[in-house]
Amino acid sequence: MKPKALILFASGTNRDHDVSDALELAGAETTIYPVKYLRESNVDWSAYQMLIIPGGFSYADALGAGRLFALDLTAYFTGQVQNFLAAGKPVIGICNGFQALVKSGILPEMRMAGERQKATLTFNQSNHFECRWVTLKPVSQKCLWTQGLTALIDCPVAHGEGNFQVSDPGYAETLFQQDQVALLYTYPDGALADGKYPMNPNGSIRDIAGICNQQGNVLGLMPHPENNIFPYQTPDRANRPDHFGLPLFINGVRYASQS
Amino acid sequence: MRNSIKTYRFIIKPRSKSDPRSRGYLSDAHALGLTGVKEIECSDLYFVRGELSEGDMKSLADRLLHDPVTHQVEADILEDMSADSREVMKVIPGIIEVALRPGVTDPAAEQIVRAAGMIGVKGISAACTGLRFFVKGENVNESLLRQLAERLFSNAVIQRYALGTIMPSFTEATEANGAVEHIHLRGLDPAGLLAVSADRRAALSLEEMQAIQAYCDREQRDLTDIEFEMLAQTWSEHCVHKTFKSKVIVEQDDENTHTFPMEYNHLFNQTIRAATRNINACWVLSSFKENAGIVEFDGKNEISFKVETHNHPSAIEPFGGANTGIGGVIRDVIGVSAKPIASTDILCFGPQDLHLEDLPEGVLHPRRIASGVVAGIEDYGNKMGIPTVNGSVWYDPGFVANPLVFCGSIGIAPKGSNPHGIQPGDHIILLGGRTGRDGLRGATFSSMTMDAQTGEVSGASVQIGAPIVEKGLVDVIVPARDRGLYHAITDCGAGGLSSAVGEMASECGGDIQLADVPLKYPGLVPWEIWLSEAQERMVVAVPDKNLAELKNLCDLYDVSLTDIGTFNQSGRIRVFFGSNLVLDLDNEFLHNGLPQRQYRAHVRAPEFEPGWQNEDSQVLDIDYSTTLLKLLAHPNIKSKEHIIRVYDHEVQGGTVVKPLSGVMHDGPSDGSVIKPAGCDGKQAFVLSNGLNPEYGKQAPYEMTQLVMDEAIRNAVACGADPTRIAVLDNFCWGDPTRPEVMGDLVQSAQACYDTALHYETPFISGKDSFNNEYLGSDGNRHSIPPTLVISALGWMPDWEQALTMDLKKPGDLLYLVGDFQPGFGGSHFNLIHPESPVEEGIPVCSPGNPAVYRAFYTAVSKRLAAACHDLSEGGLAVAAAEMCMGGRLGLQIDLGDDTDPLRCLFGETSGCLLVEVSPDSQSEFENVMQTNPFRQIGIVHSSPELVINHCKENLLTVGISDLLLAWKEGVIGGQTA
Repeated sequence: MKPKALILFASGTNRDHDVSDALELAGAETTIYPVKYLRESNVDWSAYQMLIIPGGFSYADALGAGRLFALDLTAYFTGQVQNFLAAGKPVIGICNGFQALVKSGILPEMRMAGERQKATLTFNQSNHFECRWVTLKPVSQKCLWTQGLTALIDCPVAHGEGNFQVSDPGYAETLFQQDQVALLYTYPDGALADGKYPMNPNGSIRDIAGICNQQGNVLGLMPHPENNIFPYQTPDRANRPDHFGLPLFINGVRYASQS
Repeated sequence: MRNSIKTYRFIIKPRSKSDPRSRGYLSDAHALGLTGVKEIECSDLYFVRGELSEGDMKSLADRLLHDPVTHQVEADILEDMSADSREVMKVIPGIIEVALRPGVTDPAAEQIVRAAGMIGVKGISAACTGLRFFVKGENVNESLLRQLAERLFSNAVIQRYALGTIMPSFTEATEANGAVEHIHLRGLDPAGLLAVSADRRAALSLEEMQAIQAYCDREQRDLTDIEFEMLAQTWSEHCVHKTFKSKVIVEQDDENTHTFPMEYNHLFNQTIRAATRNINACWVLSSFKENAGIVEFDGKNEISFKVETHNHPSAIEPFGGANTGIGGVIRDVIGVSAKPIASTDILCFGPQDLHLEDLPEGVLHPRRIASGVVAGIEDYGNKMGIPTVNGSVWYDPGFVANPLVFCGSIGIAPKGSNPHGIQPGDHIILLGGRTGRDGLRGATFSSMTMDAQTGEVSGASVQIGAPIVEKGLVDVIVPARDRGLYHAITDCGAGGLSSAVGEMASECGGDIQLADVPLKYPGLVPWEIWLSEAQERMVVAVPDKNLAELKNLCDLYDVSLTDIGTFNQSGRIRVFFGSNLVLDLDNEFLHNGLPQRQYRAHVRAPEFEPGWQNEDSQVLDIDYSTTLLKLLAHPNIKSKEHIIRVYDHEVQGGTVVKPLSGVMHDGPSDGSVIKPAGCDGKQAFVLSNGLNPEYGKQAPYEMTQLVMDEAIRNAVACGADPTRIAVLDNFCWGDPTRPEVMGDLVQSAQACYDTALHYETPFISGKDSFNNEYLGSDGNRHSIPPTLVISALGWMPDWEQALTMDLKKPGDLLYLVGDFQPGFGGSHFNLIHPESPVEEGIPVCSPGNPAVYRAFYTAVSKRLAAACHDLSEGGLAVAAAEMCMGGRLGLQIDLGDDTDPLRCLFGETSGCLLVEVSPDSQSEFENVMQTNPFRQIGIVHSSPELVINHCKENLLTVGISDLLLAWKEGVIGGQTA
């Protein structure tokens, strides 16, 4: 049976169909639900094996990217989200979804009320939105989405607030030590970007493009692997045919169907 | 009494001195020449009105308003102010605070109120936002602060500033008032009629006023203000295109190359529309009938395309003008029930390095216009989730006071799914945003006047858009269309409800209740509600049985729905405010009563005959390498990467050929290729464009041919089938009452007809913008160069045949394809040699071009071409250099020995392509091209340099890194150009 993926839609979400295509291609069955519908209906979240928070500009990025989407998660769906996390089901937040996961205190680790926020996604070093193709190296073996992936992933970034920063510089090292750094920005040959623009497109500390929680089931990332799943999407189809984003989704779907 | 209601202020400061936004403002300040500024700290301001406990304030600050990793927060309570002293509370040295004027859309405000409720803070009645700047440096005095505030931090059209603490102004929705004036026309003499037209800024001619007067006589009554305003709007240039529909009497100079009819009875029908009718392409599904032109795509789906201009609003408030420009054209596509899937933007600005002393009074600096316009397009397109994939930028001193902003939108829908069947009894349903004084009578209403009129609220004539609200309309319309919930749909654009509902009711009739229209703020009178151009609204005709289902759908996506009336078969449109009938007009008169205008056109002969070549060019002593680098650094040719990258061109996952191509993703693509998501086949469409105001200044007929050829050529260069390209026209012209301006228009329109037929390329949609003139402080009228933008929508059966412009492989052959007739008239060679231009005619468009494109397309469909790039501004040398940069590969070119090398390198021509062909495909390619002009001129090599020889003599050898430095950074030989 195909695992069922629940895709959350807030006003301003716009890569919901893109990620739905990727998941369907990876073997999942997807449903896109507006947050309002989920609030008003009796959708049983436990019937879903995957939870997806897609990219976009939820609520126009008012008060900071992802903040109000995060508020939806904490104000309306605390129980459902907790159950999803506790069950170890695959959860992914891409771009605006990553911002929502960080701002709601789900990533990098569960934050209790009143506890200090250790990491955030802030304005790109360039001070502007940027759309360009980047190369990602999957590194975390703890993260169920990236474990076992050997090929580099080429895909676009498209964001203005994707600069991953931490409040205490030592905390970035902790994330590496705990194998929570899932994806890194690299040169096309896989060498670390080392903060160099444009390989690291936003100034993220230590080239971090995506992180997972300590359990490894929740992945948040700024780039859009869902936009490199068909051969016509990559600009480098002639030279670099084997750097699709699809394997990441296949990993998640495979995990969901096994558990 | 404003008693216990307080205003709370939260200042959100950046923690880090390297805050990117603050640094951005600092570098902008330095670019303005304000180098004494050493540091700017930019903070966000949030104001909330209500009653909060200390706990509430802490909750708001910690849970909503700031990010502890990057921000620190300060909160306080602003002392209550009386309404008449809301300027500055207190001056604080170095501090500038900026807030929106009342009535200007503040997208964050509603979200703050909503989100506060979600975290349990209940005592808030309103919220708004602002910015605070702390400026440090040498001599930070009042004059410097005011310069910063006015030139950089705020725009008086939509914002206020204070040197110190600013008091916010809140807006709340309330009811309208029903005041209606009567306008007496019966018995007025011509002067009296014209005075009424001028007084109400109606821009109606005497004949038009007399037609309205006769209507009043027939109906034996005076008109209400709302009736008069509706007539003025329905009969406006913007809505009915009087100039293009006019009768034109043509006189022409004897020495003209072309002859024109002595008279056009209906300029548009006899030129542009006639071309489409005569070509009669079966794949054109709708042209000039609806909000957008529509073509067949894959047997199941149709593609719609519309391009609009938003020039004047962008001149006075660049961000908001461009923002609402793109918002408006997207609604055109929603208005044919399509899902928007791509955007285009073509921008014309004044020189970015214009000296401040050369800036006309009251005009924003071209740099500021450019950055605001780009930010406005970025904001709207990205937030809508629509990829912005194609465009151009052109700089010319003629655009200093009149920048041009052409916004295009492309949509997709199942074939024939846009319904057109209004039934009597259908509800008139208004969807989307609230109504304010937005855009009333265009920009002539200054916000100051509005302040004085209302004492309460100023509605800026230019608005900031709310893309998320418009996104909601797409979210709702697409499923509503698929479920067949409505019978007809129209967008609210220019003319607002008056235009949208008026058009829908034109073939039946309708009764409308204005008192129910949701408003942004109090005090609007009926005509203002009816004519308001508030953004993000659509009107649909919904049968009673579907209303509940549509309402449910709208609730789900947070889209506001208001039932404002009913369609009927009365043949009249009637508008009520409460129980008062305020408008009652006969459809026949409203839509067909407009007398045709008549204009005189004077067709002038160009100074230099097109195609005439000046022999003196050969004696010029020019360094070829430096000339090439200077051309690459010219603003029109230079890399536009800094603009392209702030637009999301990947969302929706269908962009096959991106705006930037090549191994490093930075070569300038000729167009974009899109394979729309959700379509099973391999079909793709191509977007490209052509414009050349430089040619427009010299010979409008040939300019028109050349820009149509360029738009088509760009599409062909991407792999489009030349027999299935549709084009759109957008004219930006001066004052049509001037016979020379009208003469230029006649030439251009006639050339549209002639060229479309010759290429068998139909027009499917278009738009025109006249009176792009500006009265300068010198007392002279400044007109823009006649500017025609042609947008092309091409098609290919298989995305795999799409081509990019970057060189692919060493050893491949380079061909010059097409009738190569390089000339210097209107060339960029002349623009970089203003002291010694080669004066000659602009190029003529070769009649053989369509045959060349068809032959080349045969090669494309046989996959014989590896790369293709068109020759445009800067000529052959620039095109070759761009191909080298795109592929990071070298080229060895030999121009042969029978030519004038300077002309070959830098002259500009119609109809030519550079094509890379693998040696394996050489004979087949040559075979396919054989009856057309083509020649092999070079070979791709791996050493990173462009080498061009002539008669065995080396003309230039330039390294790719030097090409890149000039083209991307404007650096030539270590010096900034």
